[in-house]
Amino acid sequence: MISRVYIIPQIKDSRERLFLNSWNSLHLSGKVNAVTIIDSYLIDGELSAKEIEKSAAILTNPILEKFSINEIANKVESFDYVVEIGYLPGVTDNVGNTAQETITDFLHLNKDSNLKVYSSKIFLISGRVKLEDIKKISLSLYNPLIERSFIANSKEIKKSNGLPLKVPEVVLEKRTPVSIVPLAVSNEELVRIGKEGIRDENGKRRGPLALDLVSMKVIQEYFYKLGRDPKDIELEALAQTWSEHCKHTIFAGPIDDIKDGLYKTYIKGATNLIRQQKGNQDFCVSVFSDDSGGIIFDDNFLITHKVETHNSPSALDPFGGAITGIVGVNRDTIGFGLGAKPVANMYGFCFGNPEDEKPLYRDPPSPKGSGQASNEKRQKMFLPKRIMEGVIKGVNVGGNCSGIPTVSGFVKYDDRFKGKPLVFVGTVGVIPRKINDKLSHEKQACVGDYIVMVGGRVGADGIHGATFSSVTMDSSSPATAVQIGDPITQKKLSDTIVKEARGMDLYNSITDNGAGGISCSVAEMARQCNGAEVELEKVPLKYPGLQPWQIWISESQERMTLSVPKKKWEVFQKLMESRGVEATVIGEFTNSGKCVVKYESKVIMNIDLEFLHEGLPKRPLESKLVENNYSLPKIKSGSRTKILEELLANKNIGGFSFISEQYDHEVQASSVLKPLSGRGRINTDAQVFRPIFSSKKGAILATGLYPSYGDISTYHMAACALDTAVRNVVASGGTMSHLAILDNTCWCSSYDKGRLSELKETIKACYDYGVGYGTPFISGKDSMFNDFKGYDEKGNPVAISIPPTLLISAIGVLPDIEKVVSPEFKNAGDVIYLLGETYDELGAGEYYKLLAQKEVHPALKGTPQEGNLNIGNNVPKVNLEKNLKTYLATEEAIRKELINSSISLGSGGLAIALAKASVGGMLGCQVSLKDIYQEAKPEIEPKPLSRGLGSISSDVALFSESQGRILITVAPKNVSKFEKIMKEIPHQKIGQVSKNNKFIITGIEDPTSHKLRGASKKVVETNVKKLYEAYHSFSNKMK
Amino acid sequence: MKTPKQKFKKPKVIVMSGYGLNCEEETKFAFEHAGGIADIVHINDLIAKPQMMREYQILAFPGGFSYGDDTGSGKAYANKMKNHLSRELEEFLSRDTLMIGICNGFQILTSLGILPGALTYNKNGKYIDRWVDLKVQGRSPWLSGIKNISLPIAHGEGRYIIDQKKYKEMSKKKEIAFIYEKGEICKFQNLEKNPNGAMYDIAGVLGYNGRVLGMMPHPERAMFFHHSPLWQHKKINGNLEKEGAGILLFKNAINYFK
Repeated sequence: MISRVYIIPQIKDSRERLFLNSWNSLHLSGKVNAVTIIDSYLIDGELSAKEIEKSAAILTNPILEKFSINEIANKVESFDYVVEIGYLPGVTDNVGNTAQETITDFLHLNKDSNLKVYSSKIFLISGRVKLEDIKKISLSLYNPLIERSFIANSKEIKKSNGLPLKVPEVVLEKRTPVSIVPLAVSNEELVRIGKEGIRDENGKRRGPLALDLVSMKVIQEYFYKLGRDPKDIELEALAQTWSEHCKHTIFAGPIDDIKDGLYKTYIKGATNLIRQQKGNQDFCVSVFSDDSGGIIFDDNFLITHKVETHNSPSALDPFGGAITGIVGVNRDTIGFGLGAKPVANMYGFCFGNPEDEKPLYRDPPSPKGSGQASNEKRQKMFLPKRIMEGVIKGVNVGGNCSGIPTVSGFVKYDDRFKGKPLVFVGTVGVIPRKINDKLSHEKQACVGDYIVMVGGRVGADGIHGATFSSVTMDSSSPATAVQIGDPITQKKLSDTIVKEARGMDLYNSITDNGAGGISCSVAEMARQCNGAEVELEKVPLKYPGLQPWQIWISESQERMTLSVPKKKWEVFQKLMESRGVEATVIGEFTNSGKCVVKYESKVIMNIDLEFLHEGLPKRPLESKLVENNYSLPKIKSGSRTKILEELLANKNIGGFSFISEQYDHEVQASSVLKPLSGRGRINTDAQVFRPIFSSKKGAILATGLYPSYGDISTYHMAACALDTAVRNVVASGGTMSHLAILDNTCWCSSYDKGRLSELKETIKACYDYGVGYGTPFISGKDSMFNDFKGYDEKGNPVAISIPPTLLISAIGVLPDIEKVVSPEFKNAGDVIYLLGETYDELGAGEYYKLLAQKEVHPALKGTPQEGNLNIGNNVPKVNLEKNLKTYLATEEAIRKELINSSISLGSGGLAIALAKASVGGMLGCQVSLKDIYQEAKPEIEPKPLSRGLGSISSDVALFSESQGRILITVAPKNVSKFEKIMKEIPHQKIGQVSKNNKFIITGIEDPTSHKLRGASKKVVETNVKKLYEAYHSFSNKMK
Repeated sequence: MKTPKQKFKKPKVIVMSGYGLNCEEETKFAFEHAGGIADIVHINDLIAKPQMMREYQILAFPGGFSYGDDTGSGKAYANKMKNHLSRELEEFLSRDTLMIGICNGFQILTSLGILPGALTYNKNGKYIDRWVDLKVQGRSPWLSGIKNISLPIAHGEGRYIIDQKKYKEMSKKKEIAFIYEKGEICKFQNLEKNPNGAMYDIAGVLGYNGRVLGMMPHPERAMFFHHSPLWQHKKINGNLEKEGAGILLFKNAINYFK
């Protein structure tokens, strides 16, 4: 029997405002006046009326809510329309599951009772709007890939006095469980199988394998030698394991004359060299070999870090993609060694322009249809704003629910992120160096160990995730690639593993079930002992009817695979059960050299591990150097006050407290330098936390990325990203000697020779500067196909590729948290110093981009089609030796506690750093540019195409983004000690923090002669309050 | 509060865990730092051995996201407690014991009916992490000697709801633990005093003669010198405190039994 319980709010619902604001901005024909949000539970089970009533009562908080069973219209005030949003059949319904558990527990039902509860949200809407408007509202509320919507008007509801009593049950058609894929076919068919997938018995293709002809041929040959054709599951498994997502062929393969490939030569090469050079100061412990990278924290603990991307899923389902991203990277921590405890999250978002409302479609309009109606049926992409909101919320729920502080983050905007956003998510963990007298970073699945799957169950969600993210997104991108995250299931799993089972020595090895699901995790662990045998029917499923290949590669979330010695299974299983975590033996590790999968006693997969892991053919890549040349924007003379305020209000520069504030960054009580700092709550460039209470050591996180610099040179883009991450750490109190970095490369059209050349340049810069600074790479991840191919509203083809982007994330250990320095001005009278040298390096910087934007044709503004901009060519270059000296001197000054504030110069240059420090301290300043000098800079290859080597102008002093610079304030009493440390370092005393809130910068009268002193004029004259408003303006709009 | 007390050199604390509660480790640390012995106990272990509650003097429901706030914050965890441990909770409260619910723990205590009122969505409909200033109004062993205190909050459902009659009654009985006020932090960062729209600015309430405290702010996230948003400022000006003020609540609780 099915009943519906309505939970009706009895007090003013504060979420109403958010919904009304959002709906009334949808260009409706009228206005929505009110909404009532009702929680609905469809209860399907053999319960008496009394039991239903009791169940409803315990789901109701009598002070806030009342309940009604099966009836709604007569229980609420009048309304005009109803929109119900629930999940599609089979999609994880966390709320429904919790309600089911609560009712089962309360009524003391048998655990195997057939009780099912399905949750949904019901919106009772009042307003002078039409059905068309309600459809728009409904579309803004749900994602058709995972959710369903039901719309009715009040009359229809009143007639039945309730919403339909129909549950979203999964009904899968019965199919042949395993099919054989004949490979003795034409090359064309091989290509099709690789591209579109295996053909089902009904003729439909199952979705991309992302295997090209070369790979298909190798597979064909392998099975030919075995004398048989592959089963579907075998081909699917190979596709997962060989995917770009898992094997990183572009990074691993030979390119031009680099035989060992980019990764081994430059990234691993840098780390190996640095470790050698550091000798007994080497702090790396486990790098590149595990789910995260691990370094020494202190004598007793290791600290780990991993940064992932979840771009493709976030484009299709922003909330789901982001939440599974953050919760997924948490598992890279839990999967480090014997299981590290997640202690901090980081995020980085690159979005398209949130004001861009021009829709994109994955498919063309159907030739028959016309206008609006035919567009309705098309696969519409989410607009940047919707993606932004969903992604932000996904990390909110994922991070907050897991009790992991989200301490670090950034947001960047570029129109070219419209087709695919970049969603970086990272997690830091800690683990004792030794557990039960064994080194905690070592693990080894042993022959005879049970293969144990723990956590969530398997469904049809997340199928072909790994292969789908290895190709361009278009109309064939599979809907099933989307997964739903459930942070609480994972939290239970994580706590039980890391806080209990680990110490009890109950397992030998553990790894995450991420891309490729158990097909990848089991095959990966099988390498530790050289074999595995799985009984697939034992895998617990969300619902019956899945085919074996689906079970094997499903990326259903919140699962990990462990190897548990047989004699420890009983204890392990009991522990898991008592913590509400499902654990199942699904097979056994062997030493057969094969990965064998059985289904109902029949062998359905039998592949040599060697072939599975090493069979992927290597493909030499070729690159071709591209040169870019841009014009300069038009520069007007005059005051720069307005420009500064505009830049500060720019969403790439201003604050994003609307995000920082909604992420819990203080849970675990470790917070030292928060994401927001000072009176004016500016976003910090580095964050510090104290993961181990018994130690005064701190962990520090920072990032660097400059997607726009890559338009000029990806080599310098990479150098600047690395320099910035390092500088942000040093400016806040970190040390160069205990600092590691991670690389995340997000590329586009990655088989294009020009793009490959840019990639090569990027990774070469990683090597040069990583080695130069002695900062080893400890982990990394690449995402190579961030391209969108689709259509605009009218059906014109549109291709958007992201700007090639390298994110460098730094993680350091600092000796004493008390010495950490925050970025904002502290006291009036403090002396302001600029460390480092300023050059004419405005190319692709925020100032030139702002000027260039103003030159774009209005019709193209804010779209990815606005074309090449006049961003100049003088991109910032990094002078390693000089910067290193500056950083070491800064370290010394901080160690001696001579500094009151310190902020790293980045996007927007000195003017922005001054403004941020001012806003942070809510204190003004009086600064002169006249002493900011410029020295001839040695040329760094590749040569810049044009370079304004004339005398410095105020614009350069204000806005140039030259690297290696830090803005520091020093109390007058410490000036002489500070200057002594800085004797050998380029440093200029440029002004003072002032008592009043005036913000004044004087420039140089004659831009051709920087030596002319005295005759200066104000180039910027404003006040802190104005700057505060500009800085927070974008964020306030987003609240 | 007048009942004759049994003395304990090291009072014992249960810090509840499981199903998504997540502040148990730092809460345990705070109690131990204050001089107690704290054990993190999973709700299922307590259900399996409910008699263990008799060995403890303090019961803490720490912050977190029990059941992911599904079906309403604190509801599902409270239902589980109610279904299995009602008698033991009653027995525990009938002794001269202390109980605290922080954030999600407070939501659990109101859902259990141990404390009055209810907590719902913040007035802006969003989760918020920031610091607040509190003025102590109630009388409780937890609050001895504290007049004002600044602590962080981090919640999506912290708007306290209570009817007027009950509010008056509680005020009279000194059962309003704290109210939000414009103090040091709000002035420093120019923030509104009441971040979530709680009725009567209520941030925490008391029950059982002040022995039970429920509060939205997190005292355990204000126990070290480096927790306060003001610490950098204070350090430069030479007036950095050694410890955060939040630890006082835990010390008060431990000292109650000494």
